[in-house]
Amino acid sequence: MPDLAPLTPLGGTTPRRDRIGGVTIAEACDWALASVTARRGRASDAAGRMAAMIGTALPGPGAMVRSGDWRAVWLAPESWLLAAPLAGQDDIEARLRDAVGDAASVTEQTDAWARFDITAANPARVGALLERLCNIPPARLTPGAATRTVFEHLGVIMLRETDDSLSILGARSSARSLHHALTTVARSLA
Amino acid sequence: MIIPHPLLGPRDAQEFTYMGDAALIDRPDGMAEGAAEAFDTYLHARDNPAGLHRELWYHEAGDRSWLVVTRDTRTHEITQVELARDVARARGRSQ
Repeated sequence: MPDLAPLTPLGGTTPRRDRIGGVTIAEACDWALASVTARRGRASDAAGRMAAMIGTALPGPGAMVRSGDWRAVWLAPESWLLAAPLAGQDDIEARLRDAVGDAASVTEQTDAWARFDITAANPARVGALLERLCNIPPARLTPGAATRTVFEHLGVIMLRETDDSLSILGARSSARSLHHALTTVARSLA
Repeated sequence: MIIPHPLLGPRDAQEFTYMGDAALIDRPDGMAEGAAEAFDTYLHARDNPAGLHRELWYHEAGDRSWLVVTRDTRTHEITQVELARDVARARGRSQ
């Protein structure tokens, strides 16, 4: 097996970080991701087993929860995206599959996504950015909210974990388009 | 146009794809007597009302739900939105 050098979604050897005005846009590669979708008629069974694994109930529509190292995001009815720190979690799919058994189907998602963490000392900056990014009103994307929507014709998942931060997950194959659009919007506000 | 999603609240129509008349939920039984005529009607015959219309919308850029939206074709006023899954189950479909 050749010794392969890992590259970030933008193609660098280290994650890219841009500071524009009061906003930081940071490429982030530190989450292992997997989706969990309940099988027919097994939703409550799957949700119960997942809750036992991550230590809290799975989120409802439009929401995310954090519990210890785990983040769970509601994706669709009876379907969730699970994230955990990548270090020591390169077997996230196997761990989740062991937890849910035959109640749900688990799909490894880690390298399917590019993630950008947007932070600003002034939370109003995040809101100003958000209202130029997508048609979800910032007032609805409050801390704990997470939703899939469209940004620059790209399907993205918006995660609002705290008031002064926003994480955007987009297809890894569109990472550069996403980054270009994000930095353009940030520059227009700077 | 804003579609009030039953789970996610008001969402821009940009996130949705129109998938046709909600009558498409009632797919005929292909093995039944007279199936050819039933499928001909299913595929080709549509009402074209000036007024309330029940139609399928797919939340393609959101949670990928299929919705049954009741919309007034004259005003675009939306009076009811249901998950297509619930509508199909209420009609005795298996899932």
